[in-house]
Amino acid sequence: MSAYHRPTTLDEALRIYAEDPSLKVLAGGTDIYPGKATRAAWGDMKHQGILDISRITHMRGFTETPTDWWIGPLTTWRDIIDADLPPLFDGLKAAARGIGGAQIQNRGTIGGNLCHASPAADGIAVLQSLRAQIYTCYWNGPETTQNAPIISPMHVAPSFVIASFIEGSRRTKLADSAIVTNISVSGKGRGYFRKLGSRAHLVISIAMVAAVFDWDERGNVRTARIVVGACSPMAQRISALEDILRGKPLDPALALPEHFSMLTPIDDVRASADYRRAAALQLVKDVITEAAEDQRNVRR
Amino acid sequence: MAAPHISLELTVNGAAHAVAAEPFSTLADVLRDTLGLTGTKIGCDAGDCGACTVLLDGAQVCACLVPAAQLHGRTIDTVEGAGPQGVTDQLRQAFLSHGAAQCGICTPGMLMAATALLTEIPAPSRPEIEAALGGVLCRCTGYIKIIDAVEDVGARRVREPAVANPRAETDADTFGVGRRAERVDGWAKVSGRELFGADAAPEDALWMRVIRSPHAHARFVIGDFAPLMAATPGLVALVTAADVPGENSFGIFPDTKDQPVFAEQHVRYRGEAVAALVGSRAALAQIADSDVPLAWTPLPALTGIEAATAKGAPALHSARSDNVLTRGRLARGDVAGAHAGAAASASGTFETGFVEHAYIEPEAGYAVPDADGPGTITVHASTQAPYMDRDEVARVLGVPKEKVRIVPTACGGGFGGKLDVAVQPLLAVAARKVGQPVRIVYSRTESMSSTTKRHPSRITAKASADAVGHLLAYEMHGDFNTGAYASWGPTVANRVPIHATGPYKVPHVFNLTRAIYTNETPAGAFRGFGVPQSAIANETLMDDLAEKLGLDRWQIRRRNALGRGDTTPSGQVLQYSAGLPECLDALKPAWDKANIDAAAHNAIDARYKSGVGIACMWYGCGNTSLSNPSAMRITLGRDGAVTLWSGAVDIGQGVSTVLVQIATEALAIPGLRIELNATVGDTGTTLDAGKTSASRQTFVSGNAARLAALDLRSQLLRFANAGDDAGIARDGDALCFGTVRRIRFADLPAMIEGFGTYDPPTTALDADGQGSPYATYGFAAQIAEVEVDMRLGTTKVVHIHAAHDVGRAINPTLVEGQIHGGIAQGLGLALMEEFIPGRTENLHDYLIPTTGDMPPVSVHIIEDVDPEGPYGAKGVGEPALIATAPAILGAIRHATGVTVRKVPVLPHRLWELIRQLQD
Ligand SMILES: Cc1cc2nc3c(=O)[nH]c(=O)nc-3n(C[C@H](O)[C@H](O)[C@H](O)COP(=O)(O)OP(=O)(O)OC[C@H]3O[C@@H](n4cnc5c(N)ncnc54)[C@H](O)[C@@H]3O)c2cc1C
Ligand code: FES
Ligand code: FES
Repeated sequence: MSAYHRPTTLDEALRIYAEDPSLKVLAGGTDIYPGKATRAAWGDMKHQGILDISRITHMRGFTETPTDWWIGPLTTWRDIIDADLPPLFDGLKAAARGIGGAQIQNRGTIGGNLCHASPAADGIAVLQSLRAQIYTCYWNGPETTQNAPIISPMHVAPSFVIASFIEGSRRTKLADSAIVTNISVSGKGRGYFRKLGSRAHLVISIAMVAAVFDWDERGNVRTARIVVGACSPMAQRISALEDILRGKPLDPALALPEHFSMLTPIDDVRASADYRRAAALQLVKDVITEAAEDQRNVRR
Repeated sequence: MAAPHISLELTVNGAAHAVAAEPFSTLADVLRDTLGLTGTKIGCDAGDCGACTVLLDGAQVCACLVPAAQLHGRTIDTVEGAGPQGVTDQLRQAFLSHGAAQCGICTPGMLMAATALLTEIPAPSRPEIEAALGGVLCRCTGYIKIIDAVEDVGARRVREPAVANPRAETDADTFGVGRRAERVDGWAKVSGRELFGADAAPEDALWMRVIRSPHAHARFVIGDFAPLMAATPGLVALVTAADVPGENSFGIFPDTKDQPVFAEQHVRYRGEAVAALVGSRAALAQIADSDVPLAWTPLPALTGIEAATAKGAPALHSARSDNVLTRGRLARGDVAGAHAGAAASASGTFETGFVEHAYIEPEAGYAVPDADGPGTITVHASTQAPYMDRDEVARVLGVPKEKVRIVPTACGGGFGGKLDVAVQPLLAVAARKVGQPVRIVYSRTESMSSTTKRHPSRITAKASADAVGHLLAYEMHGDFNTGAYASWGPTVANRVPIHATGPYKVPHVFNLTRAIYTNETPAGAFRGFGVPQSAIANETLMDDLAEKLGLDRWQIRRRNALGRGDTTPSGQVLQYSAGLPECLDALKPAWDKANIDAAAHNAIDARYKSGVGIACMWYGCGNTSLSNPSAMRITLGRDGAVTLWSGAVDIGQGVSTVLVQIATEALAIPGLRIELNATVGDTGTTLDAGKTSASRQTFVSGNAARLAALDLRSQLLRFANAGDDAGIARDGDALCFGTVRRIRFADLPAMIEGFGTYDPPTTALDADGQGSPYATYGFAAQIAEVEVDMRLGTTKVVHIHAAHDVGRAINPTLVEGQIHGGIAQGLGLALMEEFIPGRTENLHDYLIPTTGDMPPVSVHIIEDVDPEGPYGAKGVGEPALIATAPAILGAIRHATGVTVRKVPVLPHRLWELIRQLQD
């Protein structure tokens, strides 16, 4: 009999998970159920036991502290759309509006998007542009070997900057029996997001761009973080371009193909590799153009 | 392995329920299987289609993605309920009056998504509606009437909630020809009560799951089933080819029955059935395909036309050593001479891929042995062709046709894909073997990987014209990839040569086609039987000629348009209805304006370029040169009930409503309401109306229904001894004949029956394809306006103008619905749809248009009455789709300067072509 657990506290969840590391964590289920359908379609009927964390309600929603914004992993896309947030999160909100349809936005969570670690995950690119910090936790049982800070006698809580959390397509640094418990974001600026697909709604990105820009009173770029998703096994920072933009007025003409050399797009049914590369450049230019307009409007 | 059941208390549509459920099962399972609320539909079980949309604590969710374990204490609203503040009920009425439900399979999801929106935003804007419904796919309507309906409720134009069948109050007078009557089957669809293939089965039915080949080409050996049977309680049988009592083959034509029900040692495509498990649902859920003793030896596969026709390519079927299933041909005049003497010629090669029907209802049904007497089999299934199914199942079982009864369930979309048998013979063989009812529901991937597609094509064509643009010659060679089995390949090969010039006067024509076997998914019938593909070729060549001759693209089409009295390439003289010139004239103002607007826009915008395109089409209604009769029966009982017994399956297009309207007009008895028999297409209780395809039902069965009603009327007049021209009217419990005679229903003979049969007049085609293959043709012209992002290669269709000659619009709302839906499918064909076996087998990799992809559509209905049609009507089902893709391609070319010869025009393909042009 495969199990189904519905703990109401993190403690309980971690303990259950430690006892049975084969369990699958379920938040909104919008990746888990389609995955099950895909396997069953060709006769693979297995499914793992489930650790349903949706009742751990304190892991949902935004909390503002003097230094950070904390985002619970169970925060849904709809929660994000509805939340009252500074412009730093405009990109996150735009991404949320473009995920699936309203049905998926009402159920899918940012933690699920992060842990599923799809190369086309819209949320991951945004979190990377926000330089989010990912907090995880697992039970400090007798077998714990992980060399990580121990925040309570019972918990081991490694945290990662987002870029190091994602290891590759569908791979994260999440330890066995660990759960993402929090996501923190700090900093200033304004967030942007653009995604490209072959239809209007319900579309997986062919390419996407998430960015955060901050500029000084003269309109010169102070911070630029630009991330391209769906063009490599994991979303990529376009650091070469960020370096060039810094200290200058926002200008899309500064974005050049050579800044995108770290992308390793694939040819697949959605698009060719060449196209993805070119589209990424264009989307980045579009985002810079949009930011430049905002900068002018804000100053006016 | 299921976790132990948990107890849940939940509120559904205001009522409290306590249920036990497997925690990892879904809300959809709880609603459908435990509570019997089958109004919530399953189209994909993966979040992609939204058919299962319900409200969970007021928010729209996919019921297929919510764990049962999370339902305790929650509140759920489904289509069966009135909705918060009765909003769902209000929407129902609006959906009915707008004709927003066609097949109805998406309707519950649409109603619930709209309920969520209106509860939150009482008067939403159109973009807000589009966004809120963006997660529900509809393959029939093109979304326009759905959005109209929601907008009307928001604007309080529809206030009255519908809580009972509104037709109960409908007077027959409002149901005549030309009226925007509400669908006769509409209430079932908007109330969630319609029963589709997966919605019902006998209590004791076992479940069936088919084991399918994961390989495109392979040999296999079946091992010993005994250990698996012994190890799996609840597994009742494993069914294979050895269990087929009759012929283990099926196919459309007597000489092309080349597809096995269960493969024997050899599979020819990925998705082919090799065996089936029959047992309890729980038992089947535990068995992996890999547990079934099958040893596979994969073989090299022939993929694509080129590989299959290469020298030395192995033959898929021994009877066709060159892999050519069949050829089609049409020859008229002297093509070479005409090309030589022309002022301009244009030629090109065009490619299209597999296109999936993507009806939202996957195939499903059940079979019951011995229900209609010993040795009988009754199959309930979603189908477009019950009588063909009956004959096929009888052959497979090796029993006389009388022993098989097909009872169509409601059909959640067909578009040609449910013309071939799918579940029917599988269920029949299994039910016969186990002697018990057996049911099956295909998964989305199973439906997509195993059933037919639109034929991929490679068409090379050349057209020539004189200096003023009169077409002189047209020459085409078209290859159609028919996949592993014949299906409707011969029909495509025969229909295309007749239509390939497009609806134009062309004196010299030479068209050749081939249908070619490959190791790919069988290609069959899909809205247009090859003509959508050939229209892309001929319409692009028309644009080429216009460009070469310096003519306006509308002008060259108008100059060549077939009209009344003209001769077609098959030598048929169009005596009557041929309204293409009128269609083009209706579009001329829109054409001129759109061109001016595009030029103005393009002068100032370097990135987003506007373009306008135009295309024409024609389509013969009914089978090509083959008899395709329809028979209808209409009865009047002593209780005053008039029933039309229709065997013509309504797949959402609305033929049931059309037939009732035609019969109402013909019967001409004010106050008397015609009901439809309960199970349309039941081979046990109706006459053979033929298949629902080839845009034939309004035309062919419409005539039969008219004749049946006239027959009933004349019998009544005879009984009353009244003259032929006497009026009849209902007066309470009696009929009044003229002003003199009044006969109570109770005094009529026990049962008066009227019969009508109709078979469209056609002639055989000779070796050169000359003859009159169809009794009538539908014509249309469409304009597409697009905007192309020159940097990203994305295309947005911003407006479609469609003029269709339908002979007579029996029900204008239904005609518009067909046109909208056809345009949506044409848009998908042009811009996004491409089925690739093994890669786009689900609705997140295979993209069909969503609410946000549909442009506004301006419909012009042209009525060039056809004296052969019922009250002048012709078909519109397939014509709706054909002109759209070429019009969009023309618009892309106008916007970008790039001529696209391969669809779909995915962004990366257009970007590549724009880049080549700019280099
Ligand atoms: C129709 C449809 C459209 C979609 N469109 C998009 C889209 O446009 N863009 C996009 O990016 N995604 C899209 N998705 C994917 C999906 O909806 C999102 O990734 C969603 O955010 C996943 O969240 P969830 O809570 O539903 O995940 P779940 O399915 O519950 O979980 C996903 C994975 O994360 C793990 N997990 C979840 N929470 C935690 C945690 N706190 N700690 C550790 N592991 C955890 C689970 O074990 C699982 O492996 C779409 C899905 C569907 C069905
Ligand atoms: S069945 Fe749930 S989204 Fe398709
Ligand atoms: S009416 Fe929407 S899918 Fe048929």
